[in-house]
Amino acid sequence: MMEALLHGTIDFLKLYWAPLLCGVAVVAVLPLIVGYIVLVERKLMADMQARLGPMRVGPHGLLQPIADAVKLLIKEDIIPDNADKLVFWLAPVLSVGAALLSLAGLAIGPAFQIAQDINIGILFVVGISALGIFGIVLGGWASNSHYSLMGALRSSAQLVSYETAAGMALVSALLFTGTLNIKSIVEAQSKEGIWFVMLAPVAFFTYLVASIAETNRAPFDLPEAESELVAGYMTEFSGFRWSLYFLAEYANMIVVASVATTLFLGGWLRPFASVPWLNVLDFLPALLTVAVAAYCIVRVPKQPTRVQQSFMMAVAGLCFVVGLALVAPVVLPVAKPFYAGIHGGFWFISKVSLYIYFFMWLRFTIPRYRFDQLMRLGWHFLIPLSIINVLLVGVALIAGSYFHLQGWGLLLVTTPAAVITLVAALLILAVDKERDARHDPNAASDFYAG
Amino acid sequence: MLDKILFYFFAAVAVASAVLMVTRRNVIHSAIFLITALLATAGIFLQLRAEFLFIVQIILYVGGIMVLFVFVIMLVNLDVALQQIQFARQKWVALLVALALAGQVGLMFWSSGKMPGQGLPVLTAAVASNLPPNSETVAHSLFDAYLLPFEIASVLLLVAMIGAVVMAKKRT
Repeated sequence: MMEALLHGTIDFLKLYWAPLLCGVAVVAVLPLIVGYIVLVERKLMADMQARLGPMRVGPHGLLQPIADAVKLLIKEDIIPDNADKLVFWLAPVLSVGAALLSLAGLAIGPAFQIAQDINIGILFVVGISALGIFGIVLGGWASNSHYSLMGALRSSAQLVSYETAAGMALVSALLFTGTLNIKSIVEAQSKEGIWFVMLAPVAFFTYLVASIAETNRAPFDLPEAESELVAGYMTEFSGFRWSLYFLAEYANMIVVASVATTLFLGGWLRPFASVPWLNVLDFLPALLTVAVAAYCIVRVPKQPTRVQQSFMMAVAGLCFVVGLALVAPVVLPVAKPFYAGIHGGFWFISKVSLYIYFFMWLRFTIPRYRFDQLMRLGWHFLIPLSIINVLLVGVALIAGSYFHLQGWGLLLVTTPAAVITLVAALLILAVDKERDARHDPNAASDFYAG
Repeated sequence: MLDKILFYFFAAVAVASAVLMVTRRNVIHSAIFLITALLATAGIFLQLRAEFLFIVQIILYVGGIMVLFVFVIMLVNLDVALQQIQFARQKWVALLVALALAGQVGLMFWSSGKMPGQGLPVLTAAVASNLPPNSETVAHSLFDAYLLPFEIASVLLLVAMIGAVVMAKKRT
């Protein structure tokens, strides 16, 4: 028996050592990335509110994430007396486990994918990441506190409502490819020479809104609305458990951003990847990083202390090295095979960053929704809109194949479809408003609003 | 070898969590074990190279239905539920039905090989790399071969859903 188990393990390792190694690397690096996303978010928020943000730890607060992580790790870990201990222990792990597992299906470049070429690719990512909801719901229940339970209830209601809209949005993009495999989806976009965001703009918009709601981000962060529920489902969690929830939330943001990038924004493709005379765009990444390096060097004399000056120089050097790595595959014939990997990674990460930047931007500008407003937006507006959109995109595709349209030509049929969907959206809004007017405005059905 | 180990692992998890689901007194714990059982079954689907069934099981049962179950359970007052009698008093009927089922399964095992062409069919394993992609196969059988039954079934489900909504709606 033991021998059989040993042989099984060896077989397993022989087959899967590369994905295992990649998986361990992702799990190890992700907390650091998340820490710096948080730092960027705080800095951006500070900038938009005319403050400085974290400045104390390291030059311009650059070491703040590390300090925060250490603080969270050595904080006292409290489990409430009346909590369900086992579930309380399990819940954050579930949340973060689902988020990390769904990262396995994503393809950062044509060669970088932990779970290579799964036939159900996009469904795997979406389905597994949706399991994270159990972490939130069970955590809120196990805390045995009213605020936590309220947050958990809101969270599950919100996720179930918006998952339908997000799924429908995915369907209308998938109609163009006819496959669920992530690699084939991106390859289809390179073959058509046009990103699906142009062909299905309404679906992209629906997915954008639904993904904000699914990741519990502001303006839809009702499950943790601090002005009403203290911290929602996270109220009773502290220290390391709390940081696990935090990690899961940001990992989920990366996942939804990656799904949107893959489906709508062309994955690892360069903008206009199939237009030969725009190949000069290949120099853009290198130029950008070198420009950042040059800016850092210009700023060096203005830094007050010696430490900050040398740190700026180090950042400039790093940017320069990255720039060199980005320009090498374009110029040197030896490095040509690495072109797809390096540039694919650059474009994918830039698109994901842009998407997350947009999330942050929304958080700083739009006030939080009320729960009944959130539910109405989901059920009365987004779901009908996405269903109409699936229907019209299907009709447009049939028309497109009838007229043998391809690539940019498809815009001829998909643009009218999008316009009709928009008209329908306005109609839905008008009907909704009229129905509201007939109701007594004070008798708002604020289920779970507290 | 690896296949066998994985199968026995998933099967053991599924059976153990199914038993635990029935015996736990706390409803939330039961729900957690039901989720575990469903996930283990999904794992077995994946092992049979039915990856579409695997993900549908996870998305629909675990991600959809179980979330709603847990949602409803949390609204129920658990202290009251714990004091109520957990098991229905249909012990003897249940025993009879279980025995009949066990007898049927036993008969199948016993008769296998005794009658020509009737026992347990032994299928040869297909080469994994030659299998058609599962989601395409499911799509073709649903939307090509069995389109009408599929549509009738979905209309039936829709009617049931609308009926539930109408019944749940408050009379104003």
